[in-house]
Amino acid sequence: MNRRPLVNHTGSVLIFGATSAIATDVARRFASGGATLFLVGRSEEKLSALRDDLLVRGAARVETAVADLTEIESHERVVEAAKQALGTLDQVLVAYGVLGDQRASETSVETTLRDWQVNATSTIALLTLLANELERQRFGTLAVISSVAGDRGRQSNYVYGAAKAALSAFLSGLRARLSKAGVHVVTIKPGMVDTPMTAQMKKGPLFASPARVGQDIHQAMLRGRDVVYSPWYWRGVMLVIRLIPEPVFKRLPL
Amino acid sequence: MKRTVSQPPTKAYESWGRYPRVEPCGVIPLDWRDELPDFGALGASVLPYGYGRSYGDSCLNKNGILLDASGLRRFIAFDDETGVLRCEAGVRLDDILSLVVPRGWFLPVSPGTKFVSVGGAIANDIHGKNHHQGGTWGRHVRRFELVRSNGERLICSAEENAELYRATIGGLGLTGLITSAEIQLKPIKSAFIDEEQIRFESLDEFMELAQESVDDFEYTVAWIDCFVEEGRYIRGHFMRGNHREAPDRPEDAKRALPLVVPFNLPGGILLNQYTVRAFNTVYYHRQVAKRVRKTIHYEPFFYPLDTIHNWNKIYGDAGFLQYQCVVPVENDNAAIKEILSRIRRSGEGSFFTVFKTFGEIASPGMLSFPRPGVTLALDFAYRGTSTLDLLESLDAVVRASGGAVYPAKDARMSAESFHTFFPAWDEFSEYIDPCFSSSFIRRVNGEDTL
Repeated sequence: MNRRPLVNHTGSVLIFGATSAIATDVARRFASGGATLFLVGRSEEKLSALRDDLLVRGAARVETAVADLTEIESHERVVEAAKQALGTLDQVLVAYGVLGDQRASETSVETTLRDWQVNATSTIALLTLLANELERQRFGTLAVISSVAGDRGRQSNYVYGAAKAALSAFLSGLRARLSKAGVHVVTIKPGMVDTPMTAQMKKGPLFASPARVGQDIHQAMLRGRDVVYSPWYWRGVMLVIRLIPEPVFKRLPL
Repeated sequence: MKRTVSQPPTKAYESWGRYPRVEPCGVIPLDWRDELPDFGALGASVLPYGYGRSYGDSCLNKNGILLDASGLRRFIAFDDETGVLRCEAGVRLDDILSLVVPRGWFLPVSPGTKFVSVGGAIANDIHGKNHHQGGTWGRHVRRFELVRSNGERLICSAEENAELYRATIGGLGLTGLITSAEIQLKPIKSAFIDEEQIRFESLDEFMELAQESVDDFEYTVAWIDCFVEEGRYIRGHFMRGNHREAPDRPEDAKRALPLVVPFNLPGGILLNQYTVRAFNTVYYHRQVAKRVRKTIHYEPFFYPLDTIHNWNKIYGDAGFLQYQCVVPVENDNAAIKEILSRIRRSGEGSFFTVFKTFGEIASPGMLSFPRPGVTLALDFAYRGTSTLDLLESLDAVVRASGGAVYPAKDARMSAESFHTFFPAWDEFSEYIDPCFSSSFIRRVNGEDTL
């Protein structure tokens, strides 16, 4: 494990899906260290509420851009605006996504493809753009929130899981490519987190707080880690789940 | 997107005393100030809920809907020069402290735990060890936004919507949803408190200490043992302190951390009159000297119990009741003596009994609890009717004295008691939002029994 000392990051931070609970927590950690942030989200009002909060917490400057990132045409405009505002892209976090409704997806091609567009296609499109920027820049960290759900397709949420699996595989290749340019690609795999995304789910002991996951992401970004499970024990849990032979796995109610 | 349907609770929504256990029919998590549900279209009454630190049923809404405000946890603005902080209502006091203490500011009023929300602090008009100099929390709330079920978003202050401002401070969450507030903080030079602890032997000695400390000490409180012989009533430790005037040095930070747990309860301890008495005796004698002076970090001074998460669970599954009353200081303290005698005779009581004098500073809140006199707070494990009977007998003394019992900690006071303690009810009730209700308010109006 890379254990370089943690220093406050006072440079630039670009966050996609900034108003999500986890991204908000990460943004706060960067803000209290005095960073300059550029936030991308869908709602002007929410971005503005978050901007105020980050400024109070010590952010040097906060800029925002409204965009629906599922519309791939918006990506160039947003990345360009971020570059203009920040100068360099030091720390980038891609944190948007949708949990989706597995049952609804099973009976609707449209729903399946719409969620896929959010979690896989549009994210991969955005990452392609960002990767080229960072490669040109020859430094920086690109962190992306994938999920433990991508480690193995389970019957309870394989549409979401498949998109995250595509994302994780994409990031793995991208990491190898960008490492030559001195750019870190961080794959974040959270387990279940108590956020508005999971508001409908019954909370059990396996649920982590957004603050716990936010702290892991912040540290992983500053340290330039490769693949981070959050909380850490999901690495073991998913190892076990991946080792179960398929003939057994298909009978499990997971 | 305006939500009009609540969802079944996905986690436990309890009060701190874990008594009574009543379930809401639904919960609506509030995440954004501009995305609130239409309260009138939900088909059940609503009640704001923060972090469940009220002890009894004032934060519960049986068969109603709880508005979980913990998602409204953003700062809005902070002025380093004036100490005016604007934030959302679900911001916790510990969020504020970690932001403002390094910048030389402090909460104007600190309750016994920092894990409460700003909205809850207003709705219960909380008080702290500086009541004799600073009054209640509500006095330091410059303005707040209140959302009513008719869709109105009102800015309330002493000048604007002044009646709703007065009704909402101490209004138990019944006048609408507080979404954000503006608080006047107080300047400090240090994160440390110069503290003095004085051992005292009797109620008279306590009264003298309290009196002589009013002007020179911003914070005063006493821990007491009420299991002493008749005639002395109490013994204990009187704690008084001020924010240190000298600025912090780098080595101070090291001294402050890690926070020391002041005591440790072995698991499975039997909570009975013998263990409570033994604990109180030991705790009383831990300080041999009559007077001890030290400088301590603000966290152990104000929030000693916060280092033990879920300390409320030591009372087991049946939960506990906290009893806090205030009685006027007059007639040779007959009322407080009678209350202490009744507690002593019952053999019930808690590890920590807190005793303090409230000052004369009035709160703007109509239903505010603090008033001049002596306040006493202690826990009772819930043991059914014997516990309820004892507390009812204490209420009788408080009623006769012209005092009051604290709604934020109550789960059992009678309708008669409530209306005697809070004569402003009639004036207040005009400002209740028709869609807001709580288990507490239905109980003390005889509309609902447990």
